[in-house]
Amino acid sequence: MPDPLLSVKNLTVVFKTRFGEVPVIDDVSFSIAPGEILGIVGESGCGKTMTSLAIMRLMPEQGIVTSGSIRLSGEDLVFASEARMRGLRGNEISMVFQEPMTSLNPVFSVGEQIAEVLTAHQGLSKSEAREQAVELLESVKIPLPSRRVNDYPHQLSGGMRQRVMIAIALACKPKVLIADEPTTALDVTVQAHIFELLHDLRDQTGTSIVLITHDMASVAEMAERVMVMYAGRKVEEGPVEEILTNPLHPYTQGLIKCVPHLMETISLERQDLQEIPGIVPPIRHFGRNECLFAPRCSFVENRCLNQRPLDSERSTDHLTACWVENTNNEKVFA
Amino acid sequence: MTKQSATSTLELEDFREEHPLVETARMYLRNYSAVMGLIILSLIVVISLIGPLVYSTDPFEMVWAPFTKPGEQGFILGTDYLGRDLLAQIIHGGKVTLAVGCAAALLSVFIGITIGSLSGFYRGWVEEVLMRITEFFQVLPTLLFSMVIVALFGASLPVITFAIGIVSWTAVARITRAEFLRIRELEYVTASRSVGARNIYLIMQVILPNALPPIVVQATLMVGSAILFEAGLSFLGLSDPNVMSWGAIMGNNRQYILLEGYILMYPGLAIFITVLAISLVGDGLNDALNPKLRKR
Repeated sequence: MPDPLLSVKNLTVVFKTRFGEVPVIDDVSFSIAPGEILGIVGESGCGKTMTSLAIMRLMPEQGIVTSGSIRLSGEDLVFASEARMRGLRGNEISMVFQEPMTSLNPVFSVGEQIAEVLTAHQGLSKSEAREQAVELLESVKIPLPSRRVNDYPHQLSGGMRQRVMIAIALACKPKVLIADEPTTALDVTVQAHIFELLHDLRDQTGTSIVLITHDMASVAEMAERVMVMYAGRKVEEGPVEEILTNPLHPYTQGLIKCVPHLMETISLERQDLQEIPGIVPPIRHFGRNECLFAPRCSFVENRCLNQRPLDSERSTDHLTACWVENTNNEKVFA
Repeated sequence: MTKQSATSTLELEDFREEHPLVETARMYLRNYSAVMGLIILSLIVVISLIGPLVYSTDPFEMVWAPFTKPGEQGFILGTDYLGRDLLAQIIHGGKVTLAVGCAAALLSVFIGITIGSLSGFYRGWVEEVLMRITEFFQVLPTLLFSMVIVALFGASLPVITFAIGIVSWTAVARITRAEFLRIRELEYVTASRSVGARNIYLIMQVILPNALPPIVVQATLMVGSAILFEAGLSFLGLSDPNVMSWGAIMGNNRQYILLEGYILMYPGLAIFITVLAISLVGDGLNDALNPKLRKR
């Protein structure tokens, strides 16, 4: 495995709430190689978005990194100055957000918004930046880019706006692109186009992509490696084929069972969709020394309620944090 | 290939709506009283700018006996207590009145936007300090405070403008702050940050343009209240003696209000119509810019 481009080690982020300090990201480690696509999966409220905001250092004010490191090409972002972070954002590391309808500034044309990033980071002149903006719109496959460059966000459809967001994020050819549920707000058909676009752009520019999603199907389509998060913790990590064919953590198994067409490839006989009973625990439970998935797990043991399961390597590159799996080597998921 | 072309025609299909400004203008024109206000206001502005060139009688020059009745000796509105032509005073006074009103409103909008945007953007102790200052200015008796300023620094146009502006910016500051508090949490601000935008860019280019509609409405209404304020100061005698304004006409002739009340009626009427027109324009803008109030 090549040297990691971005490596997050033992990252813990606490939120100050009225229940005291609660770890919304609890001792999470992962890394991403140049040109790799990593999927981060989990339900809402599991800390996926907070992880990406922590990397960008754009967390809400009540969030504080208490331990761990975030290294981008060796530089620790946790201790970087605010000015340095501004220089990195957009230039080395960029983000695409969930809601394309609201993530563009409504009062400027899309061309001006792309050009702004280029003039700020690369010192291009107005006219050079504008030319580049047209090229960028072309590279994200927006038809008639020289006309569209003058359009305002409200004149574009959701899919087009997300393309513009991607163009802005990739304007300065960053090394890492964090895509936070980039297709959740879009139609399924548009989703396929956006994924295709991200794949193509990765192949052309070698940008690493962190894809955050709640949908195992998207991961199967896009990612090369997967990290599954639950209640602020990493519960499983590994190569995508390995995770899909041999999920070890009951939560991962549940997520896979929720996806219709994926199931058929796993087992033809099982046709019913299964839900994971229960919901993500309330934030005040985060950080307890127990398995936070235990209340929803059908394999729960005494130990799960008394001690937090630790990461253990099941096979090369395949980590999971589950007591039950650790004791008996057989597949729990029959 | 066919798949590709099919999608591009689909995406080309126009999602175009009108430009927001065009839509606002359309909403505005639908409101008859607002259009009326705009017409009256434009007339007043045109008369104030061109009138003095056409009707060139000096408003300070004694032209006939004092208290000439309207219509006598060819003086349409008569003369004041010094025998000066009232029509000339009204026509020449409009320019000064409007200028003071606009300048004072501009000043208070400038102060208000600065204070409001800084406190709304940075929050924390900046907000605490600036908002306490705002509250301090809010509880000051405004007329008294500006009278003190004019009394201290002399009754000249810049001082009067400053005195009006310095007491009326609090509403703009509070509106601006409220808009900043709302907009700074929106996704496009975070998105802007995520590509490395500086704070000054976020304030000036991202948040402020989106916060403008209610500020524009408030600024318009403030021109009206500044005109009233100026008239109030002038009525109490705190006007620049070297220039003629509507308020000054009233102030000059104040002592004769019971004897020859019609003299005060003309400038009063001029002020009334102007402020009314400005209020109608402001209300019209408010309805056109604020989509929540539109469907009433």
